[in-house]
Amino acid sequence: MKIFPTGTLKGMWVIMRRFLRSYPNDISERRKAGVLFKTTPDTAVAAERASVQQQGLITVEYPEVKLKPPENFRFVPFLVYEPVLDAAGKPIVNAATGKEEIGYERCTACGICAKVCPPQCIWIVRAVGDDGKPKPKAAEFYIDIDVCMNCGLCAEFCPFDAIKMDNDYELAGYERHINHVYDLDTLLKSTTYYESIKPTDYAAEEAARLAKEEAKAKKPAAAAKTATAAASAAKAATPTMKSNAETDEG
Amino acid sequence: MAVLSPEQTKPVEQSKAFDGESVAALLKEGVDGAVVSASSAGIVVQNDKLIATLQWLKQSPDLAYDYFNSVTAVDWPDKFEVVYHVSSTSRGGPPLALKVNLNDKENPVVDSAGSVYYGAIQQEREVYDFFGVKFAGHPNLRRIFMWEGFEGYPLRKSYKEAYYEQDRKPFETRWDQGHHIIIEDRVPWHDNVIYPKDFDPTTYKQIREIVRVAPNINEGDVKALKTQPVVVSIGPQHPSTHGVFRMNVTLDGETVMALEPIFGYLHRNHEKIGERNMYIMNTPFTDRLDYLAGMCMETGYVIGVEKLMGVKPPERAEYLRVIMNEFTRIVSHMFGGIGQVYSDLGAFFTPIVIYGLEERELIIDLFEAASGSRMMCNYMRFGGVWRDVPEGWLDIARELVDNRLPKVADEMEKYLVHNEIFDIRAKNIGVLPADLAVSYGVSGPMLRASGVKYDLRRADPYSIYDRFDFDVPVGANGDIYDRMFLRIKEIRESIKILRQALRDIPNGETMSIKKAYSFKTPKGEVYAHIEAPRGEFGWYLVSDNTTTPYRYHVRAGDFVNLATMEQMCVGHKIGDLVGVLGSVDIIMGSVDR
Amino acid sequence: MSFDKSAPLMSIESDDAWLDEQVKKKVWTGPLDQAIKMVDSLYNWGRRGSIWPMQFGLACCAIEMIAAGGGRFDIARFGSELFRPSPRQADLMIVAGTVTKKMVPAIVRLYNQMAEPKYVMAMGACASAGGPFKEGYNVVSGIDKFLPVDIYVPGCPPTPQALFYGFLMLHKKINGQSIRNAPWYQAEEHEAIPEPILGPDIFDPRRAVEIKQLLGNESEMEARYIRLAARAELKHHKEGEAAPKPAAAKPVAAKPAPKPVAPAVAKTPAEAKLEENKADANFAQQAAQHHAATAKDDAPETKAADDAAKNA
Repeated sequence: MKIFPTGTLKGMWVIMRRFLRSYPNDISERRKAGVLFKTTPDTAVAAERASVQQQGLITVEYPEVKLKPPENFRFVPFLVYEPVLDAAGKPIVNAATGKEEIGYERCTACGICAKVCPPQCIWIVRAVGDDGKPKPKAAEFYIDIDVCMNCGLCAEFCPFDAIKMDNDYELAGYERHINHVYDLDTLLKSTTYYESIKPTDYAAEEAARLAKEEAKAKKPAAAAKTATAAASAAKAATPTMKSNAETDEG
Repeated sequence: MAVLSPEQTKPVEQSKAFDGESVAALLKEGVDGAVVSASSAGIVVQNDKLIATLQWLKQSPDLAYDYFNSVTAVDWPDKFEVVYHVSSTSRGGPPLALKVNLNDKENPVVDSAGSVYYGAIQQEREVYDFFGVKFAGHPNLRRIFMWEGFEGYPLRKSYKEAYYEQDRKPFETRWDQGHHIIIEDRVPWHDNVIYPKDFDPTTYKQIREIVRVAPNINEGDVKALKTQPVVVSIGPQHPSTHGVFRMNVTLDGETVMALEPIFGYLHRNHEKIGERNMYIMNTPFTDRLDYLAGMCMETGYVIGVEKLMGVKPPERAEYLRVIMNEFTRIVSHMFGGIGQVYSDLGAFFTPIVIYGLEERELIIDLFEAASGSRMMCNYMRFGGVWRDVPEGWLDIARELVDNRLPKVADEMEKYLVHNEIFDIRAKNIGVLPADLAVSYGVSGPMLRASGVKYDLRRADPYSIYDRFDFDVPVGANGDIYDRMFLRIKEIRESIKILRQALRDIPNGETMSIKKAYSFKTPKGEVYAHIEAPRGEFGWYLVSDNTTTPYRYHVRAGDFVNLATMEQMCVGHKIGDLVGVLGSVDIIMGSVDR
Repeated sequence: MSFDKSAPLMSIESDDAWLDEQVKKKVWTGPLDQAIKMVDSLYNWGRRGSIWPMQFGLACCAIEMIAAGGGRFDIARFGSELFRPSPRQADLMIVAGTVTKKMVPAIVRLYNQMAEPKYVMAMGACASAGGPFKEGYNVVSGIDKFLPVDIYVPGCPPTPQALFYGFLMLHKKINGQSIRNAPWYQAEEHEAIPEPILGPDIFDPRRAVEIKQLLGNESEMEARYIRLAARAELKHHKEGEAAPKPAAAKPVAAKPAPKPVAPAVAKTPAEAKLEENKADANFAQQAAQHHAATAKDDAPETKAADDAAKNA
């Protein structure tokens, strides 16, 4: 049995070295970002701290600085609608609710998302028209987010790009029976929002849609080819990976 | 102290292959009248010849099926089928399936295989708990996941739960006229419970559990101080049990005399839910099995279903799967395998959990960018992967693997493994000899630390692991020290594999078939096993040509590894017990499923 | 100095204007309310600044909880880095993971052993409402069937940042508490929550009589047992009454009244019975009475409060 614990001391030295180097590392990062004497957390510094090359401090101080989820992130689902555009092409915002006017709801109440959801947390009731025949529109649409397992299968299999996974994770609440069952109004969010959180996917889907429409205008045979090519291009388009961390101002 | 024999310096790789029919041919000479029928997949054996068959298979020099994979049962309308899988650690290769038909559904009895393989004992308790199949000669036939007094055998097809809606998903009540009704409002007690008709809760007395004391304990052993052995329940809420795991420990002072693990505190009915889910719905649930190594779980399940479907993924998808699996192995070893032991031995929350977590965060950032979630990735699909990785992902992965992770592994070795305190607390504690390890069906780093160079990525390769050049590190003693050091060596091997995969990954498609959410698989069954960070995880799937599996069983590596706890801990002190449990490296999601 | 009973407690007036001003600024001379407000803010600051969570990870959410305690998301910044395994030393029980029937007696016992002031956070979908495993035979649909929950954090698992958002909402809740109506300062004694018993299936001893009566009463069982099997029954039901309308006002979130399906029996008595039973069997409401002090957060205005909190 050893008398002098050299192994333990060597280990302690490894830790001490890490501790000591974190100070000059922090100072140089702050200087590079130009915030050497700022007392509140800074987004540039936090982005450095969350990157792969970081050797010193790695803390990202929520809620002042938030790590932005990457584009592929999935939390709870939401339904996409296309807003009403004014003459200039900008969406019209309803002054009372602050939400953009609903122009066209993409959801046709086909029920595929409800069928494929593993814990079956989606309830849909199809709207019925005046003639008594069912319309391709949802009258009721509920998602219980306390049963949702954030798997993304609903968004993956929706044929109309109507349901997508949200990036918003700040959903805690004091009560769950009413607040955590999202109804159609709560779920509907406009394509402006969808574009802001998932730009690559949105761009690819719009390109595929335009290509399909253009091809329909041309001959049917060419239409089929272009449409499938555009569809596969949309499937293959993947978002760019920014550095490990992109931060939001809190 | 075991010394590696010269034959064992090479990892076990598949030498001679035997399938069901060739085994049956040999068996016909070995044991008379045992075989009922045979196919390439496996053999069906007579009920009363089962033990003789298993013994002959174990001792036969050609076959040498010395390793017990799993035992489970299937509830058919006319019979119970008890299914055994056994493998050979000397020959490698896929396991052999043995079945026994129990035609009497009122009173199904079969001989216990515990006399041949120790590993059968714990798994047979699981079969009894779920199906009610009795095993004659079993030393301790009690419920293992559900509590004593629970009514019913849950995995029988006749057992319907309180929230039961339909036999298969998708439930029609969730769409098109479904309306949203909280499910609790549809059942009488507004809760997920069923009571039998003549139940009187006002006079019910909860059944007190039977506590097993060590068999050879007698007053003479503890006569010095006239002390009595004491039974202490460690867990289920305990900082060192890594989840809700409980052990009833019989102590003489501080020395452990007997130990019984008690499971079921996180039993989440994975298999029953799996039988109702369509195949694709099961993939997110497998993430939640071994939640620290989610991608590996998905891979195992997906490989099993792909075998049923007869589908192979394209090249790029295979490489992506290997990359994700190996990153997951690094995360799991750093945080779970190594970090938790040091946490238990006293390095409270420092440095390994903090430093291991640092690397985990960086790798998980990669997972989040590729699949959308840090832990529950849901990335593997039948026929490939969900999506291609984003641009720039491979570069960041290469930077991690080339520059950062090797330095971290070296640093870990420097400050952890050569530490004197760790030496004293870990060397020769919790020794598991190689022959016992094989008989118990222990797998993963625990088996390799005991000296058996058996790694499924070499012995029965799946996916494209046969293309990579990596070593299988092995330990000498089978104590805590060996298991820890082995896991660091395995991190280095994973880095080697990652380098090769990231160098060779081709461009191309990520799915070989069109994605479908509802498809039928042809009739048949499959047992797909992978080398997960915690051991061998196997998926036994039985398909009856519908959209959902008929029987879905998960063979969990750490559940089987835990059967050796008593063997390893008797004679040591409580402090050592905690260290041994950490070195087994359990995750309760897979132990209890 | 004259003693005027109607004047504030300590009114010192002199002919030095500067002295008066200094006294007014630096010496507290207000009535009792202000005193209580100061004590409240001091107590609340102390309580929210050092919430010690109990190390109570059940399942996958525990890993995210530990990651929240790790280097990148540092829970020590909120004063909570000390995860105490012993309930006697902990303030906050973060129920992280699926609550199973076998584990619930232990959870209730641990809750009883915690010293007040104590809070419960349901982290993850499983602890809030059973999550994806809700239909299992060994799963309890949410810990709020047995314990009063202060804050629910949805997600499977919630990322550490989502968990911190939950922490901040808990801080807001604590800021709103007052010594006047906090339950642990009241005069009457609080009974411990009785531990559920593991019989043929789990049951709460407070409901034992109700269960016995219900099981013995055939017609009652018939009326109350609602089958989900046939869409035909649902359609039949839908023809018989108007389509359900979602609730009107947006702040009170839309949730239509539950629609029971009675097999060919007049729905009104069954529906009435159902409402009755919901009131009887709703443990969350019983528990809410226990935490009457924070009742203003449990009221229907909660959605507005949540929205306000989000925008704050």
